[in-house]
Amino acid sequence: MTRVDRKVVAGVVALGAAAAVAPLLPSYPLTLLTQAVIVAVMAMSLDVLLGYTGLPSLGHAAYFGIAAYAVGILATERQAGLATCLVAGLLLATGAAAVFGLLAIRATGTYFLMITLALGMVVWGLAFRWVSMTKGDNGIAGVPRPELGLSWSLSAPLPFFYFALLAAALAWAAMGVLVRSPFGLSLKGIRESESRMRALGYNVWLHKYLAFVLSGFFAGFAGVLWAYYNGFVGPVDVQLVTSVEALLMVALGGPGTLAGPVLGAAVIVFLKNFVSVYTKRWLLILGAVYIGVILWAPRGVLGAFSRDPR
Amino acid sequence: MSAEFWITQAFNGLSYGALLFLLASGLSLIFGVMRIVNLAHGSYFMLGGYVGLSVAWRTQSFAAAVVAGALAVGLIGAGMERVFLRRLSGQTLGQVLMTIGFALIFQDVALLAWGGDPYTIPVPAALQGVITTGLLRFPIYRIFIIVVAVAVGAALWLALDRTRAGAMIRAAVDDREMAQGVGINVPVVSLAVFALGAALAAAGGVIGGGFLGVYPGLDFEILPYAFVVVIVGGLGSLPGAMVGSLLVGLLDNFGKALFPELAYFTLFAPMALILALKPTGLFGRA
Repeated sequence: MTRVDRKVVAGVVALGAAAAVAPLLPSYPLTLLTQAVIVAVMAMSLDVLLGYTGLPSLGHAAYFGIAAYAVGILATERQAGLATCLVAGLLLATGAAAVFGLLAIRATGTYFLMITLALGMVVWGLAFRWVSMTKGDNGIAGVPRPELGLSWSLSAPLPFFYFALLAAALAWAAMGVLVRSPFGLSLKGIRESESRMRALGYNVWLHKYLAFVLSGFFAGFAGVLWAYYNGFVGPVDVQLVTSVEALLMVALGGPGTLAGPVLGAAVIVFLKNFVSVYTKRWLLILGAVYIGVILWAPRGVLGAFSRDPR
Repeated sequence: MSAEFWITQAFNGLSYGALLFLLASGLSLIFGVMRIVNLAHGSYFMLGGYVGLSVAWRTQSFAAAVVAGALAVGLIGAGMERVFLRRLSGQTLGQVLMTIGFALIFQDVALLAWGGDPYTIPVPAALQGVITTGLLRFPIYRIFIIVVAVAVGAALWLALDRTRAGAMIRAAVDDREMAQGVGINVPVVSLAVFALGAALAAAGGVIGGGFLGVYPGLDFEILPYAFVVVIVGGLGSLPGAMVGSLLVGLLDNFGKALFPELAYFTLFAPMALILALKPTGLFGRA
């Protein structure tokens, strides 16, 4: 088997294992697992930009949050169903990424980082102050789980876990196809040497722009799931720390792989929740994790074991 | 809208911009010399405020509070640069994660040491009170902030433009390798600039603590403002930091007064636009 096939098999086995273990878990670990699955989609979407294209975005929570807000507002105030919420969330997140991309893609390096930070702050500012739309700091509470018209209700933890797992599997498959496509390979080429790709006749700007928009699309997909999972959408979902946390997940797991962000997301979600049970000082520990990752595993956990030099 | 409204808001914006200049001028210099995206810069502002608060309580001296806050946080900044950030030169993502890690730790340590209640740093009686002319009221403390910012700005400008150390810093901003090549000890310059930037932010935190107060969350609340100033003005440019602070202070005040629901939008959207049109900021060079 080729390496790609092995990765696909490993992913499918992991999904199957998660699905098989889920009924045995008590509801709290199951809830955390659901959270990890959804956050993993967000981290993978960021990795399309960071790991594959080499663009470190500091405002990725914006697209995640815009979709989550769209679902929250439509589901609570208009009693909209899953299809409406999903389409609206994805359209708004992708649209925002399409506009922001036009502004951000021109910049490189530190400047890209800062302009994405600024654009993320625009969205946070709206979430925080546009009270008539977003309810400001109070956020939108009581977002109902979607009705699928099936015999079991998604308000129970187990059915919702399967719903989230299925959705995440779809997103993983789509992103996997994306990064292995000729388009995805060109993105890697741009990451390695922009000037060389330009000399070869590739439209570098267009590739980066499309990666930016697609990444926003998948972050929006994760945001839709998040709104349903959490039942609450607030400024905390679009704030800077959320964007940076996604960066940490990718960096922790290993940028430039899809398994890495999933691993990173799982570690951070469980760490945050378990540590906060045992001590009030979990911010201290999370901060130490940030510093430790950079000092001792700068290429991520998977990167430390991978052989191909980058 | 009366004329009083415009004058009062402009004055408030001006004084807020002056405070932002204390915070952001250091960040801009740090950016310029080291290209470090320091997400812990807001934490220096907050920590300065807290240290200043404790010192002001003990000594009853506002001046001692400012000096102590600046010194303590300057040392913390120097330690961060020397031990942790220096080895990450050129690694943007590593710097971001490292500095946010420190920001989270500082946030928690501050919560542990000073608790969750908001405090206001006591200011000397001479700085309290209001100057009233007709319908207009100008708090003396806000005038004081403007005076301090102008003094600091002038001192920084003189130091950068007229002294040997300033010339070394400017050389390091323009071209690190060349500066190193002509015999400037760039690592020492970097350390000094980082410590100075942290100390300025902390001094801003103590002075700001006299009217904004000091409270948990202040760090991440003020951080975006510092970034906006630096981004608008351009990295490593002192005139840029001055113009940027003024612009941001005014935009923020008028935005909040005129469009309360879109307050942050009116601040960040123009910045995104400036950056999109001129990615290096108004005064920055590529």
